[in-house]
Amino acid sequence: MIMGAIWLGMILLAVGAAFLSGNTGALTPAALEGAGSAVTLCISLAGALCLWSGLSKVMERAGMIKGVGKMMRPAFRRLFPRASGDEIALGCLTANVSANLLGLGSAATPMGVAAVKRMHALAGGTEATDEMCRLIVMNTASIQLLPTTVAAVRAAAGAASPFDILPAVWLTSVCSVSAGLLAAFAFGRMRRD
Amino acid sequence: MTDLLIPALMIGIAVIALAKKQDVYAALTDGGLEGLKLLLSIAPALVILLTAVHMLRASGAIDLLTRWLAPLSSFLGIPAETLPLMLLRPFSGSAALAVGAELMTVHGVDSLIGRTAAIMLGSTETTFYTISVYFGAAGIKKTRYAVPAALIADLTGFLTASLTAKIL
Repeated sequence: MIMGAIWLGMILLAVGAAFLSGNTGALTPAALEGAGSAVTLCISLAGALCLWSGLSKVMERAGMIKGVGKMMRPAFRRLFPRASGDEIALGCLTANVSANLLGLGSAATPMGVAAVKRMHALAGGTEATDEMCRLIVMNTASIQLLPTTVAAVRAAAGAASPFDILPAVWLTSVCSVSAGLLAAFAFGRMRRD
Repeated sequence: MTDLLIPALMIGIAVIALAKKQDVYAALTDGGLEGLKLLLSIAPALVILLTAVHMLRASGAIDLLTRWLAPLSSFLGIPAETLPLMLLRPFSGSAALAVGAELMTVHGVDSLIGRTAAIMLGSTETTFYTISVYFGAAGIKKTRYAVPAALIADLTGFLTASLTAKIL
């Protein structure tokens, strides 16, 4: 629903601006050119995406999600004190966050949903708990170590070194996750007082 | 520094998987097929959204918007050209990708605008989609402060991306 409204808004904005600038003749060619450029983008992305997905599948089958998950357990006891008392919840949480780190989005979502469901079963009610909100922040602020889709887009656009944005992406991710978690802790405390 | 990252990653992943007696080749091709299916599933959305983005640019709307918002964005240190990307990012991953790819083509992939767009895309997520999937599946009705906390993280990401694009 919301995307339909956003799309209509974009078209209306374009038509309005074209009338203002007397540029209405440019709209139709631009529409067709935009549609064509999406296909060009898809074709130039296809190879790299196929390769990353293949490598992701190898990581998944080699059990690397579990390996990374084990390393994160100590940190999780602080972030999710209640859920980490429960073996199932802790397992889902670590699997979700490690799959996100490795960029295995398709594996991360089911584990994240399972984690929220388990936390919900432990807490009861229809309200999000503090720990659920923290998990949401860790999922909405991207913590992917290798932003492969963006690198593929950069490669398709002719970047000399598609991955040279890595240090900047890491630093940015650390800042955004920390800000989100700090905000979550602050909101959680405000509510309790 | 990043020159050997991908080759090393390929070797590392393959060695670990072989040590665990996995069929590496089958996993590579199975995963590849999934990747192509994923691409096929977002292709129609990219077509629809890039149509709108190109119309916005041709009409002069993007230039107008950029000029109006320039004082605010220069105060925050964010390139005004990336504002459409920031507005779309929490709602739709493919829309943000379409806008980002267009910015990289128009302004140059290694330009400050192109790099800022890439860093923004790489360090943020489709916030509203994620929240609705996670809470929807578990039957959570009251999301409390999840949305504001997640949006604070996104905003921090956008501001930091504009900064790290300049210094790193």
